[in-house]
Amino acid sequence: MSTFDATSDAARRPFKGRRTHFGDLILQVTAGLAAAGAIFLVGMIIYKVVEGARLSLSTFGLGFLTHTSEINGDIGGKAFLIGTAVTSIGALALATPLALGVALFLSELAPGWIRGPVTALVETLAAIPSVVIGLWGIIVLIPNLRLHVMPALHSTLGFIPLFGPVTGTGASIFAAIIVLTIMILPIIASISRELFLGVPAELKEGALALGTTRWEMVRGVVFPFARGGVAAAMILGLARALGEAIAVSMVIGAFNGFSWNLFSAGDTLAGRLANDYSSPGTAPTATSSLFYLAVILLVFSIVVNLIAQVIVRRAERRQGLVR
Amino acid sequence: MSTIGTAPASLLRPADRLGRRRIVNRAAEGVAWLTAAVAVGLLGLVIYSVARRGWSQLNLDLLTKAQNPYAGPGVAQGLANAFVGSLVIVAIATAMALPFAMLIAVYLSEFAPRRVKTSVGLVLDVLAGIPAIVIGIFVFGLIVVNHGQSGLAASFALAILMLPIVFRTTMEVLALVPQSLREASLGLGVPRWRTTLSIVLPQSIGGVLTGTVLAVARVAGETAPLLFTSSIVGAGISANPQHALEAVPLAIFELSESPYPTDQARAWAAAFVLLMFILLTSLVARWFAARSKRKLGRGR
Repeated sequence: MSTFDATSDAARRPFKGRRTHFGDLILQVTAGLAAAGAIFLVGMIIYKVVEGARLSLSTFGLGFLTHTSEINGDIGGKAFLIGTAVTSIGALALATPLALGVALFLSELAPGWIRGPVTALVETLAAIPSVVIGLWGIIVLIPNLRLHVMPALHSTLGFIPLFGPVTGTGASIFAAIIVLTIMILPIIASISRELFLGVPAELKEGALALGTTRWEMVRGVVFPFARGGVAAAMILGLARALGEAIAVSMVIGAFNGFSWNLFSAGDTLAGRLANDYSSPGTAPTATSSLFYLAVILLVFSIVVNLIAQVIVRRAERRQGLVR
Repeated sequence: MSTIGTAPASLLRPADRLGRRRIVNRAAEGVAWLTAAVAVGLLGLVIYSVARRGWSQLNLDLLTKAQNPYAGPGVAQGLANAFVGSLVIVAIATAMALPFAMLIAVYLSEFAPRRVKTSVGLVLDVLAGIPAIVIGIFVFGLIVVNHGQSGLAASFALAILMLPIVFRTTMEVLALVPQSLREASLGLGVPRWRTTLSIVLPQSIGGVLTGTVLAVARVAGETAPLLFTSSIVGAGISANPQHALEAVPLAIFELSESPYPTDQARAWAAAFVLLMFILLTSLVARWFAARSKRKLGRGR
């Protein structure tokens, strides 16, 4: 392993004998083992989760993904897949415009005295535990949604099947979307704010000097410059929404099926895992099927994060060229 | 915007087009203000309702008495077991994650070739993106299936979540340590391992602390990994990590689904305490970060 950079290596070599090589060796090997351990750990996670799902994988194969409920009383993945997709994409659709508005406000518009506190508030909110947001969702959000928001949406937009009649307690896919929106908003907003602040002042001033209005400058300079980064921020938000278990399981109503009516109960992959931790069901494959759900989540999260990393790296290279 | 002295006034009067552009600009700015207000209002609302409901429920019983699921409605209950359990689980998780993360960061920043550095960094980014509940089910498959639930299993799960956070901040601050410092030390004949341990690491201790505090704030509120590893708990206050321990986020999760108002009240109180703890630790982390950046900035 030729791991020393040239200058220090040359500086060290003429004077040093065996003893110091030994100390270097110990530190390098210990630290190197730790790094290898991290890779091993990720490998172990993938291996163990797949191994846990083996029974279910061999029994159902990919058919698991297209069944709502298997014949022997076990769960199927379809309803949870659709539930996960609808809740996280819905949350992303709501959170992105809000987050971009917040980021633009903080980077371009806000007077100095608002900027600091609001930035701190947004960043703090990313740290609120999901269980606290879930608690707020159950006790504050859901009753209000059920009494005011859902009936209003149903009566005005009821011709769209998504906004069907309100059923049950109000614990619903819609509530899960709102809760996830609150959770991913700070992530997208704080990354986008940094990106917008990173746009070189010369470009912005150049545009303004050419007589554009502030909005035209934002559309013509800030957005194109930050486009890749914003996409990565959205993907990171999506990843968070896909994997969120606790808050979702608290407000979504835990229903093993899916209805296109957003005001009815549903479930997601992660939500089902959080709900079934103590009683996976009586079918012989029940526990294994929970692992199967975890495998799907794991694949999603790895793919989505790798895509985000690729975008970030490409954007960084591009920004490096512009500067 | 448009008054250059010598040009004829008629040319510089805003045409219709300019008027419309100004209106569009105004509208866009208005929308940005509005979305910011909605977002901040929504987020402020969450904090406000937790504070309002939680604050009034704080009392000494909460900290001194354990939960008692079999007690009648008149008996005062607390969450002492959950506070003790959380403390033990998070402390052990920190002890597991901190040295591991520091060693990885030291290897990648001081020893590893560039290719290894980027690929191991990527693996840790992937690890950071794995949902907490999947980590929970991994530890369930690895430890709980054979050895049963325990505080140690929970700590292990939380340590996995802490690892990428501590690693990332340590890396960032190691990159800030001036190269000239390393070269000066090596030039004086100090071997590389001593340079790393007694010159480079002490310089970056502020960053390591920031990362640790951030990670503690993050995992103190994690519920998902605990469900599979430490959720079936005995009665009474216990600090023995070889058995399953109650934790604050778990208590909130369970109490929130209770129909009894007194249980919900305790859930709010616990949520308030947890939130205050996290806000406080985040503030401390911010302070550490600012301080260590300042110090390293001076060194340059």
